[in-house]
Amino acid sequence: MTRNVLEASGIFAGYSPELPILHGVDLNVGQGEVVTIIGPNGAGKSTFIKAIAGLVTVTAGNVQLNGRNITHIRSHRLAASGVGFVPQNGNIFTTLSIHENLVLGAISLRSKPARQRIAEIYRQYPVLQERQFEKAGILSGGQRQILAVARALLTHPRLMLLDEPTAGLSPKAAAELFSVVRSLVDSGSSVLMVEQNARAALRVSDRGYVLAEGRNHADGTAAALLDDNDIRHIFLGMPQQYADHHIAGQNGERDHYNPRESN
Amino acid sequence: MIGVISYLVFFLILALIFSIAVLGLNLQWGYTGLFNAGVAGFIAVGAYTMAIMTGPSREAVMGGFELPFVVGLLGAMCTAGFAALVVGLITLRLKDEYLAVATFGIAVTIQLVCLNWEYVTGGTLGLISIPNPAKPLTDGPLAQNSVFLLIVVGVGGIAFWSLERIVQSPWGRMLKAIREDADAAASLGKSPTRIRLESFVLGCMLMGLSGALYVAFIGYVSPSDFLPIVTFQIWTMLIVGGSANNRGAVLGAIIVWGVWTSSGYVISKLVPTEIQAQGGAMQAVLIGLILVLMLLCRPRGLIGERMNVSRHARI
Amino acid sequence: MLLQHIADGVLSGAVVALGAIGLSFAMKILRFANFSHSELLTWGAYFALVFLGFTTAFSDFFGGNIGPLSFGWPLLIAMVLSAVATSVLALVLHALVFEKLGRGAGHMTMVFASFGIALLLRHVVVLIWGPNPIYYSNELQFAVLLPGNVRVMPDQVFLLGLTIVLVVSLHLFMTRSRAGIAMRGVSENPDLARVSGVNVDNVVRWVWVIGASMAAIAGVLYGLTVQLRPELGFGLILPLFAAAILGGAGSMYGAVIGGLVVGLSENLSVMIIPTTYKPAVPFLLILLILYFRPDGLFGERR
Repeated sequence: MTRNVLEASGIFAGYSPELPILHGVDLNVGQGEVVTIIGPNGAGKSTFIKAIAGLVTVTAGNVQLNGRNITHIRSHRLAASGVGFVPQNGNIFTTLSIHENLVLGAISLRSKPARQRIAEIYRQYPVLQERQFEKAGILSGGQRQILAVARALLTHPRLMLLDEPTAGLSPKAAAELFSVVRSLVDSGSSVLMVEQNARAALRVSDRGYVLAEGRNHADGTAAALLDDNDIRHIFLGMPQQYADHHIAGQNGERDHYNPRESN
Repeated sequence: MIGVISYLVFFLILALIFSIAVLGLNLQWGYTGLFNAGVAGFIAVGAYTMAIMTGPSREAVMGGFELPFVVGLLGAMCTAGFAALVVGLITLRLKDEYLAVATFGIAVTIQLVCLNWEYVTGGTLGLISIPNPAKPLTDGPLAQNSVFLLIVVGVGGIAFWSLERIVQSPWGRMLKAIREDADAAASLGKSPTRIRLESFVLGCMLMGLSGALYVAFIGYVSPSDFLPIVTFQIWTMLIVGGSANNRGAVLGAIIVWGVWTSSGYVISKLVPTEIQAQGGAMQAVLIGLILVLMLLCRPRGLIGERMNVSRHARI
Repeated sequence: MLLQHIADGVLSGAVVALGAIGLSFAMKILRFANFSHSELLTWGAYFALVFLGFTTAFSDFFGGNIGPLSFGWPLLIAMVLSAVATSVLALVLHALVFEKLGRGAGHMTMVFASFGIALLLRHVVVLIWGPNPIYYSNELQFAVLLPGNVRVMPDQVFLLGLTIVLVVSLHLFMTRSRAGIAMRGVSENPDLARVSGVNVDNVVRWVWVIGASMAAIAGVLYGLTVQLRPELGFGLILPLFAAAILGGAGSMYGAVIGGLVVGLSENLSVMIIPTTYKPAVPFLLILLILYFRPDGLFGERR
């Protein structure tokens, strides 16, 4: 039985209390797991990750990190409490040098451990060290994502939140990034990511959740989701309108491919 | 009793003259979201235009056309509107705060011109003997002021009525749409910059009108009448009354002018004459405090916008 | 004559540059045009006057004037104390007004509140210190004749030197210290800075402290080389905005160069327009910049 790093239950969240985007989402991430959230546009995937990160207000529900309640955490405490967050857009400081980006990522550490961690990151990702004094804005798309992940890794997060990490990347760069994601687990982090590139993401994931219209639609092991015919048709390759249309008529059959535990 | 009545008439004339400028500012800020930090400058343009057009001829100074009062009012609106057009064309396509800086600058510049372009403005001495339109019609100061009050009520009433019509017209609804979301408004095929410019010019014309009435009433004009404190007063009137509400604008003008004059009276009784400057400073501090406290505690003013649908309504 | 105007322009530009640094940060990081910033210069100058009253009591201990300057250690210490006091004033204003408005209302409400605060601050100065000009010292100072028939006061040379030292130290702070890097991070992307662990509220306070300290020193230098009067800051509103907008919001070097450009153009303008219109020059500069380069000459774009 794996211990859960993240336990989120009954999450309601949105940009204004009257119009929640999430309507009671439950989601767990176990120790050492890579978990992917997939679903159509507007399903609330990114909102969920932002709600965990404290950037979107959680109006109801509970978020626990290793058993500690972090539901209403102020975002700047997030890094110190063990969550690394890589937003989808603007996830590096383009006007700062690569080194300065890492200094900021390590700002919640004391200055000596921060220096040590930055040195470790440089050993892990030599491409960053080579260009450490250059402005981050000149990096290529793939390098930017690596810098963004590295920035979030400095605090040894137990949970990494990645919002569409491969958006806009070439297939080669995306593949490289997915291998980086997989390696995060080896260095002791669990991963929760949102991906448009659902099929590729599920291949490097242990489990997956399908969100639709701000609610849990399905979840299961990555392999099971990849194998499931309906999921494959609706979310892994069919046009989006078609998927949306289908969900509306699918509610009755949800349990068919929803092996959610009742507790 | 006569004393009280004549003071009340005097007070109301000035409060209502200011309220016309507040209405102009309300059109700009309340309905369109334009920050005009140079209200005093546009009032000054109107005031000097009135003085030059209707005043008597004098040596070494341009003007002395002795034109009728109404022509002076229209002329004042035209020059203030023209000044607004020039400033607006340069700054209205920019970010809001740049408009604030630029309008602040135009007020400073207008003040400099008033002080130094002696041939037109009479320099520091200003222009005196501006005819009062009520004078030929009446006998005695109270009657004269009462007639002038009627004139101000008439002119102000026309301005108020037109503004009420305007903000309910399609053009007025467009203003609010632009204030809420310029991009969305633009997608409807309207040019936000154009409509913002129209609103800005129209608002400044009302400020010019207010300045013209002021000069006709007081009888002279000098650069020291249009110090930046006037801009603060007009703004405070709008915020106290409540922006995006024309009745609030008039109410705010009366209340703030009342606070200003009565505090001036009290201070002049309490403060010895040798530190008069400090007395004036106390009045300014009072206005500043009212402004900041209103923003913090009652941002919608005494009477706010009627429909509470906008993010601006929180201001 | 030309060289004299250039020298005067650089000197008055240095004061504007120091003042504009804080304004530029405010426009970028606090995200509003702070019309009350220039009043911090006034308060800085008058705070130093108060502290000078205390420190001159110890002038036996400090010795007399430093070299050819018109002042000694008491004024320098008073200047540092004034920077502290002005920072406290700025933090109080932030806590009482701007922080509260920043959470709920739009940024234009903050611009507007800064208007009211400016009015308050300016007139409280009149209430406390009266409306008439004051000087730190009544000593007469003799100008030094430089090559090219340029006359400068030793105090003005000190002003320029101190400005350079401050700008260099600020540069080191912004690029070497974690607080400085955090400040630049918040300036570019506050949300990302927040999730990286930066306490944005603290950074905002740092911005106020740096801006207020620079403003206070600029105010003291102005008081030293010109005079202290309640309208000291008010008269600098347009030059400061011109420098900050010219340099591009958030760019420290931009603000410094902007300050020099403003100082030079003000002083050179008197060769072609009457001196009485000199105060309008920054306004014309603002219009020119806004028309041709709305992001400023050195505005940082992503």
